[in-house]
Amino acid sequence: MSLLELRDLHVTYRGERAAVPAVRGVNLSIEAGDTVGLAGESGCGKSTIAGAVLRLLPKETEVRGQILLDGEDVYEMKPGRLRAVRWTGAAIVFQGALHSLNPVKRIGWQIEEAVLLHSKMSPRAARERAQDLLDRVGIPGDRVDKYPHQMSGGQRQRVLIALALACDPQLLIADEPTTALDVMVQAQVLALLEELQREKGLALLFITHDLSVLTHTCKRLAVMYAGRIVEEGPSELVFTDPQHPYSRALAAAFPTIGDMSSRMHPEGLAGDPPDPADLPSGCPFHVRCAVAIPECATLDVALRDAGPGRRAACVHVGAAHV
Amino acid sequence: MSQEVATSVPSPASIRWSRRLGSIADAWRSLRRDKLAMISLVVLVAFGVLAIITPWISDRDAIRAVNTADNPTWAHPSGSFLLGTDYLGRSVALQILWGARVSLFVGLMATLLTIVIGTVVGVVAGFFGGWTDAILMRITDWFLVIPFLPLAIVLASVLSRSLWTIVFVIGITSWPFTARLLRSQVLSVRQRLYVDRARALGAGRTQIIGRHILPNVTPLILASTTLTVPIAILTETTLSFLGLGDPTEVSWGVILNEAREKGAVGRNAWWYYLPPGVAIVLVVLSFTLLGRALESVLDPRLRER
Amino acid sequence: MSDAVLALTNVRVQFGGGKVHAVDTVSLDVGAGEVLALVGESGCGKTTLIRSVIGLEPLSHGSIEVEGVKVGRGARGLRALRRKVQMIFQDPSGALNPRHSIYEAVAEGLRIHKVKGHEPTLVADALSAAGLRPPERFLQRYPHELSGGQRQRVLIAAAMALRPRLLLADEPVASLDASIRGEILALMRSYVDRDGVSIVAVTHDLGLAWNIADRVAVMYLGRIVEVGPADDVLRTPLHPYTKALLSVVPEIEGMEQQILTGETPDPSRIPSGCRFHPRCPVVASGEAERLGFVDRCRGVDLELEPEVGSHRVACHAVQIST
Repeated sequence: MSLLELRDLHVTYRGERAAVPAVRGVNLSIEAGDTVGLAGESGCGKSTIAGAVLRLLPKETEVRGQILLDGEDVYEMKPGRLRAVRWTGAAIVFQGALHSLNPVKRIGWQIEEAVLLHSKMSPRAARERAQDLLDRVGIPGDRVDKYPHQMSGGQRQRVLIALALACDPQLLIADEPTTALDVMVQAQVLALLEELQREKGLALLFITHDLSVLTHTCKRLAVMYAGRIVEEGPSELVFTDPQHPYSRALAAAFPTIGDMSSRMHPEGLAGDPPDPADLPSGCPFHVRCAVAIPECATLDVALRDAGPGRRAACVHVGAAHV
Repeated sequence: MSQEVATSVPSPASIRWSRRLGSIADAWRSLRRDKLAMISLVVLVAFGVLAIITPWISDRDAIRAVNTADNPTWAHPSGSFLLGTDYLGRSVALQILWGARVSLFVGLMATLLTIVIGTVVGVVAGFFGGWTDAILMRITDWFLVIPFLPLAIVLASVLSRSLWTIVFVIGITSWPFTARLLRSQVLSVRQRLYVDRARALGAGRTQIIGRHILPNVTPLILASTTLTVPIAILTETTLSFLGLGDPTEVSWGVILNEAREKGAVGRNAWWYYLPPGVAIVLVVLSFTLLGRALESVLDPRLRER
Repeated sequence: MSDAVLALTNVRVQFGGGKVHAVDTVSLDVGAGEVLALVGESGCGKTTLIRSVIGLEPLSHGSIEVEGVKVGRGARGLRALRRKVQMIFQDPSGALNPRHSIYEAVAEGLRIHKVKGHEPTLVADALSAAGLRPPERFLQRYPHELSGGQRQRVLIAAAMALRPRLLLADEPVASLDASIRGEILALMRSYVDRDGVSIVAVTHDLGLAWNIADRVAVMYLGRIVEVGPADDVLRTPLHPYTKALLSVVPEIEGMEQQILTGETPDPSRIPSGCRFHPRCPVVASGEAERLGFVDRCRGVDLELEPEVGSHRVACHAVQIST
């Protein structure tokens, strides 16, 4: 049984004018200790998936399909069970570290609170645990009594990671955890995540637009476009030899330094990421696709086999590999 | 996003006007949805029309004491005197009509003065900052802490007692609020990236103020205007009520003052003191409600895109 | 360099009454038709440096020459400068006045500098050169009706409409979706190849430098620590800071990650000696001590030394080993 399994997940937001389909049929499974990267641009539905897993979306949002966390359907859980699962089953680390922390409480206190709420520890043990956790993410002990605004962006992101780990979750969902950080601090946080993942056998669902970061951190990669997964497979291969033209463009946005084919040759896609409320017909990517053929405008291709452990949703894929 | 293609390059002026009219139409549409604002607008238009046409439907001399000796005094409302008469036999209804002219005139003029001084001081202080800001804001503070009524009393007794004196007194005491409001908004607009871009393009100070700062604080100026009018009207009423107004003019405050002095309350002459009070409340409330509504319609931060 | 479009000599920019040394003695030339990438972490002074070039930040010290003519800082001098030097910004949404149509945004500069010609034609030509075609479709639009990529194109069109000799670009694609970055970079490069304009692009993204830059300058705490041809600096970096920066870029394989500890440094507290020494791996590993020059690292401040091969580097270790 998978730790997390999404079965034909559809998420539709209720907009002011119309329903906005953000996720349109996603299947994804994560085994215990697995690291999966979810890549895509703004509006592709990747963050919606993170919210859907922990039921953090607005109440009127329509969620169809199944989300199984350790075999249990998240959307059939009672409120008490859901609260417990949110910390011990799966925890989430968001992008904006400043907004996820309570600005008027000391960081040590915030972690203690989480520990006390979800375990039967004594206050003293909780305090020690908070110290340990902060220590673990590389925040010096004297920082326990600081307030969030007294810390740098990188430190706050570490505090959030410590907070997410407070109840030993099996799955950590990281939604753009390093996007706002500087390259060097980003490298520090990524190294920390990798280390924790190895050490504790955490499963990691890593969500970002930065394909290169995912390649480095995750074993498997899924690329999303317009609410669907358009390619999935081992991350090295998806990055270096993408099968879907969109993955190819996304990979080209992060050129390999030293690769002469990208020297003085920036590559990108014409047009803009699609508006989820107004998707093109057929394959939603065909309007920006360099290799589109006439039938792409009408034919919505499902994921097809594209080599060992790989799938991609493009008309050209079957032809190349059969 | 619409996909229609314009057939030719339109002139910049026509683009500007069509878009400007479009945004006014947008603002009007969202204002239409606000019932209170629409009622307020109707009330204000009614008072405005009455004030303008009064000279054509009645004679100013009809409410001069010398001409009313034959009228009954303290008469109840009746067919010949819609709102009765006062202690001199003058028609209260006619006094209210003529009073509307004075009250609205003083209210609008004083507001104009307030907004002009407040905007100039606020924009200059906010935009230039530094010493200019420090000096202008200390002056503003100075005017803010002057107790308004004593100053008004002193000015009204030192200067000649005319409507313009009242306008001047109100203007000079209420601009600091507008100045502070504008300054804080200009401080925030000044730091927007598009102001940096305009500077990088080579725009001078006048150009930046005229094309970037002012257009982005105009909604605030407009809303501030509609909120200042009621204050000015109330102030005029207060001053007249205290007997500091123009003795030759009839305003709502003057009517109230005379009603009090001649003991209208004791005589139960409700038709004498109630109508001017109601008129003041209606106009002030309407301006305030309309101002609030305009503020939310025009302020991009309060309006959802 | 006689054909330099931009020549900076000992430029310093200070804030907070001289306490914060945002830019600390920078000398730099930019040749005609050259793309220079100015890279470094946030707070290293790279954005402040280009903002001071175009007069958005005060210059505390040093001189700026454009096409061999020293630029005055008075109103007239800055106006003349801004005819020759233009700038685009990281956040195109914030850089466009929400109340101005696209037409007005592009025409503004033409009017300020009284550019000769039929204004509507000039605006339409600038828009189509920036890839907004047909231009008539955009003239009447307002910024919020465009996508992020289109807004950045409008900014580029407005800047290039003045036919400047030098374009300053502050993180030109950092706020854009990954798949469209390449198109914007290609557009910038096309102005260089076609019109011979020079570009100084401030970025934290070394991939961008690899994509479009002829030369790279690396900044650390207000000073340039390494400069040279992009191919050489990016493939055979000499300064330990450049090496570390390159090592954390996930796209480079076979390079051992060298994650610097500590936070992004603070320009109000510049260390004595070489400003990089508290984080320098050469010092931390004891190599500097073993080779006997650690005292110089800690005690002797240094600027860019004359060329080592094609680079110029500010590092005691490099200096001693050659």
